[in-house]
Amino acid sequence: MELAGLLSYGIFFVTLVGIYGLLALGLNVQWGYAGMLNIGVAAFFTVGAYTSAILTTAPSSGHLGGFALPFPIGFAAAMFLSGLMALGIGLITLRLRSDYLAIATIGIAEIIRLTLKNETWLTGGVRGLANIPRPLQGWLPGYDALLYMALVLALVALVYWANERAWRSPWGRVLRAIRENEAAARAMGKNSLSFRLQAFVLGAVVMGLAGALYAHFVRFISPEAFNPLFATFLVWVMLIAGGSGNNRGALLGAFVIWIVWSATEIMVTRLPEDLVTRAGALRVLLIGILLQVILLLRPQGILPEKPPRPARRE
Amino acid sequence: MELLQLLIYGVVLGGVIALGAIGVSLTFGILGFANFSHGDLMSAGAYIALVFFTMLSWPLWIALPIAMIGTAALAIVIDRSLYRLFRGRHTVILLISSFGVALILRSLIQIVWGPDTITYQMGIQLPYRVSGIRIRPDQVTILLCCVALVIAVHLFLQRTKMGKAMRAMADNPNLARLSGIDTERVIVWTWLLGGILAGAAGVFLGLDTRLHPEMGWTLLLPIFAAVILGGIGKPYGAIVGGFVIGIAQEMSVLFLPASYKPAVAFAILVVMLIIRPTGLFAGRSTV
Repeated sequence: MELAGLLSYGIFFVTLVGIYGLLALGLNVQWGYAGMLNIGVAAFFTVGAYTSAILTTAPSSGHLGGFALPFPIGFAAAMFLSGLMALGIGLITLRLRSDYLAIATIGIAEIIRLTLKNETWLTGGVRGLANIPRPLQGWLPGYDALLYMALVLALVALVYWANERAWRSPWGRVLRAIRENEAAARAMGKNSLSFRLQAFVLGAVVMGLAGALYAHFVRFISPEAFNPLFATFLVWVMLIAGGSGNNRGALLGAFVIWIVWSATEIMVTRLPEDLVTRAGALRVLLIGILLQVILLLRPQGILPEKPPRPARRE
Repeated sequence: MELLQLLIYGVVLGGVIALGAIGVSLTFGILGFANFSHGDLMSAGAYIALVFFTMLSWPLWIALPIAMIGTAALAIVIDRSLYRLFRGRHTVILLISSFGVALILRSLIQIVWGPDTITYQMGIQLPYRVSGIRIRPDQVTILLCCVALVIAVHLFLQRTKMGKAMRAMADNPNLARLSGIDTERVIVWTWLLGGILAGAAGVFLGLDTRLHPEMGWTLLLPIFAAVILGGIGKPYGAIVGGFVIGIAQEMSVLFLPASYKPAVAFAILVVMLIIRPTGLFAGRSTV
């Protein structure tokens, strides 16, 4: 490969890792901090992507809008709607044990998938949504991809910083307390439902942001790309492999698992022609086995969760 | 008339959901986790039957039991080789593991049989017509088999010692353990029963519609809805829940586009979680 090709692949790779890193950071707040099972990561990711895409794209006959609004409005709306959906689901299920939340999130992912496919007026259906603009285009001619990567990385850094702050704050401590022993946390006078709800919504907001970034990055979205299984499952494997409860672990997991995932792609493209249609399944199989191995041998992940160091009193 | 027709379709679908839901409800009650791989276990059953029924063209009454036993064996192997290792850890880990198992099973099916839809038998079956109501011979078979299996499950749960132990454990695992029930044996039997019924449900689903690697997964949401409707750990509740969800899904085409059938299960699920999360028959506590 030419150096330029390598470089542009590198930019593509880092941008996608950044987007998956955001998803893993969002899930870390929900699962790592508060122990909430969200098996519908794809739903929040999808809502974010479609919301921002519909709002910022130029008018088109293929789907609702577009409204050609500025990017910040698209991003804000993506985060808002994603969070709103989490609020609805959370209000219904968070007072119940975590299995119910898992089942309900599967349900919401299914509803979103059906809507994507069937409501052609809204989403363009299977034909998808094309010509999504990308922010920061033409600011530095020739460096569009690089600039976008910088934007993604800056947002990853921002969310990472916020997550770390939250981890060390009393708020994070209450979430961990609820995760470990809800009865004890309640006995201390903490409103566990409210804390859980906050963490669930905040995690979903980050996932919505990741969705918006993804839509503006690939610039064409269709239901294919939002296969609930891939999106949700990969993010889970990333977080568990990296280390749930550890933000650095979440980012490291996104990086490592994306390398593994890309490597399996290269591996299976070497297969004979007639097997290629089944190659996708082989990749999922490998990742599925990897998850079981991690759960059995190193459930704490590469970078295990560490309680924050107590603040030093001067 | 149309109402009666939809009711029949609903009962057929409800039977399939009920068979799946019994297994999910029992494993949920006994092992304490929502098994996300149960739908794909059903798919496995359907594809095992494909080998004997379609490829070897053996009769259904031989292919069906083989698929049921094969699926049960698969369920037990998964439990022995994987889930057993997670006992004693938090049950949430089991749920995540089962989510991974679901994907492993599905991709194995895709690798072996390919990603396309397959039918058991080519050609169109002429439906029986009884005063304007149409029902296909396959659907009659499914209904009769479902009824037979539900009766068999009832007799097993009521008349055998293992059945009673299973109900006791699904109701209250700790109390069951204290009264000297060999829990590991009950767990194996639970997977056996759940696997047999899942295998049958998969074959019936394949007979009623078509085979596809995602066929079982798409039925998982209605199955969970049925389990919660009936109360977790309540096999009889799961049967009732299955039929309610099946009938509601088919009836919904009267006022919803047919592609939104799974949304009906979700709507019922949400309503149940809000007003009565323990289920109609007061299953396990929900916190």
